[in-house]
Amino acid sequence: MSEPEVQTVDLNGFPTRVWRKGRGAPLGILAGFGGLPRWTPFLDRLAEHRSVIVPSLPGFPGGDRGHSVLDSHLDWLVATRQLLLAAGLEGADLAGSSIGGSLAAEMAALWPASVRRLVLTAPFGLFDESDPPTDPWAQRADRVPGLLCADPETWKALKAMPEGANSVEWPIEQTRATEAAARIFWPLGNTRLEKRLPLITAPTLLLWGEADRILPRSYAGRIAGLLGGPHETRIIPSAGHLAELDQPDAVASAILSWIG
Amino acid sequence: MKLMWFHLMPYTELPEDFREAHPSVWVDIHSSLFDPKRAHLMYNDFMDELEYAADCGYDAICVNEHHSNGYGLMPSPNLIASTLARRTRDVPICVLGNSLALYNPPTRVAEEFAMLDVISGGRLIAGFPVGTPMDTCFAYGQNPSQLRERYLEAHDLVIKAWTEKDTFAFNGRYNQQRYVNIWPRPLQQPHPPIWIPGGGSVETWQWCAEMDYVYCYLSYYGYKAGKATMDGFWAEMDRLGKDRNPYRAGFAQVIAVAETREQAIELYTEAAEYFFNRCLHVDPRFASPAGYSTEATQRAGLESMVKKAANAQTLIMGDKTNRALTMADFVDRGYVVIGSPDEVVDQLNALADDLNVGHLMVLMQFGNMNKDLTNYNTKLFAEQVMPRLKTRFAEWEDRWWPQPMAAGERAPVTNLAAE
Repeated sequence: MSEPEVQTVDLNGFPTRVWRKGRGAPLGILAGFGGLPRWTPFLDRLAEHRSVIVPSLPGFPGGDRGHSVLDSHLDWLVATRQLLLAAGLEGADLAGSSIGGSLAAEMAALWPASVRRLVLTAPFGLFDESDPPTDPWAQRADRVPGLLCADPETWKALKAMPEGANSVEWPIEQTRATEAAARIFWPLGNTRLEKRLPLITAPTLLLWGEADRILPRSYAGRIAGLLGGPHETRIIPSAGHLAELDQPDAVASAILSWIG
Repeated sequence: MKLMWFHLMPYTELPEDFREAHPSVWVDIHSSLFDPKRAHLMYNDFMDELEYAADCGYDAICVNEHHSNGYGLMPSPNLIASTLARRTRDVPICVLGNSLALYNPPTRVAEEFAMLDVISGGRLIAGFPVGTPMDTCFAYGQNPSQLRERYLEAHDLVIKAWTEKDTFAFNGRYNQQRYVNIWPRPLQQPHPPIWIPGGGSVETWQWCAEMDYVYCYLSYYGYKAGKATMDGFWAEMDRLGKDRNPYRAGFAQVIAVAETREQAIELYTEAAEYFFNRCLHVDPRFASPAGYSTEATQRAGLESMVKKAANAQTLIMGDKTNRALTMADFVDRGYVVIGSPDEVVDQLNALADDLNVGHLMVLMQFGNMNKDLTNYNTKLFAEQVMPRLKTRFAEWEDRWWPQPMAAGERAPVTNLAAE
């Protein structure tokens, strides 16, 4: 696994990391809850076939404190749009997971021409009183890995401090990612994305971890029922909420086959 | 030294097995544990106790705000304060306080505090806590990533509402109001003294210094555990060139006094164990949502290899995984100041020496303590401890104390028509 090329773009005055690796038509990736503090095997699989471009969401690892100036949902949507433009992803295929999945769906809904084919993995944005999501912010620290991934070790490996990292700034950056997710999705995760799903015309693949302990499976059906364009749902076995971390090969091949 | 009588208003009939059978006293405490008819008696006892403390000559009586909380039955301390304003004559009333970010618009706080100040004839101390995560982020659903920004903006709005003479428009980041013009206006000018209950964050200390507000550390864990925090506060005051006037600070302390230490242990053990084991049984999952602590505070904590203040949250986290504690633990650790009047005087002098705190908020009803025992504790302390502490810090001026109307100008206290 080799390291990606790192570019820094400006987003509302905050230096924001954009990773690039691979060749071919561009594929944008928006990360899930917790963000991407390090390059992952999932991204490597994709980069074997496509030019993978990974802009960091505001406040997520690589996104500095960009979340701190985003006060409303509209602020978040405009920031994400600016970020995709700065990363050169206009008109590209786009895949997002969890937090990033919700924002990817919003982009495809509001700027239909900006997304070619779309992949959503267990996106946030809906709330069903009769089947509520797990509250990811009201958890003891030791329970979080097992809630986000089918195998808790997968999450721990993502978040483990690399040798040579700043032992003060690293944990602050991880907490900041959780805060940034809260800033847009507190308290219920409900941004009323449902209202905009019918506006999505891009062909959409909906992926869901078989063992998602954050968002109930019923949300997959609800989302699929509202999507405005052609769509397909696939369940990823032995995967949790962040399916691409638990099952990098299976999720990467599902995405690659969908975007062609 | 000012001795201020503070009531938390705990529900006093949580079951024996509460700690084992229920996850948390706060946020998701089960409604089946609440009996309104029993609570009717509790509230009335608690208000009697506050009024009794005023009669006993305490410098102030204090109430505070909690939500969805089995040890704090005051979602609105202002309701209690308004009855106290009517039932007492001279005693300052300290509301510690109203969590500013929870009110929409925050001018509600400016209005209600102004009402209290006017009704009481200028006896109000206005407390502005950010509020705990349990109260603000979970019970009230506030966004932890915006809580402090909203709090600071609400503060600015309240101060402006109190001091600006003309109707004004407020164009804030989170609050927009075209016509701000509160009626009534506060009696104390330019406004009631402002006190800030907070944890051990450097930014709060700096802000209190800048604004010239009283900083209050309302730990329930006593003066030994509180020393690291208060040392940090005074070091920051020194660094900012502020004097060491002890009235810049407030501190809460559980106190239990009897004729002898043995008697005190016998009288207060049940209530203390109820308080620390049942009332403070908080599920740690609610203790620190991401964003609630600023990054500067996180950094300070991570950078000091020696664990800083044993603040309420870390103690909650620690105790949660441990056995239930006993009275011996509370005494050893200094959670409870306990003993004969002489022994309590000694411990409070040590507290005053160690913490340099001019405003001591005494918790003399705690846990499931009944009214008789509470009043006994209150009276014995007032008669045999308080006089010997009054002269502490007499060399300093308390610039943060209410300035009421002259007694002759104030409305008479009206008691019930037919007692």
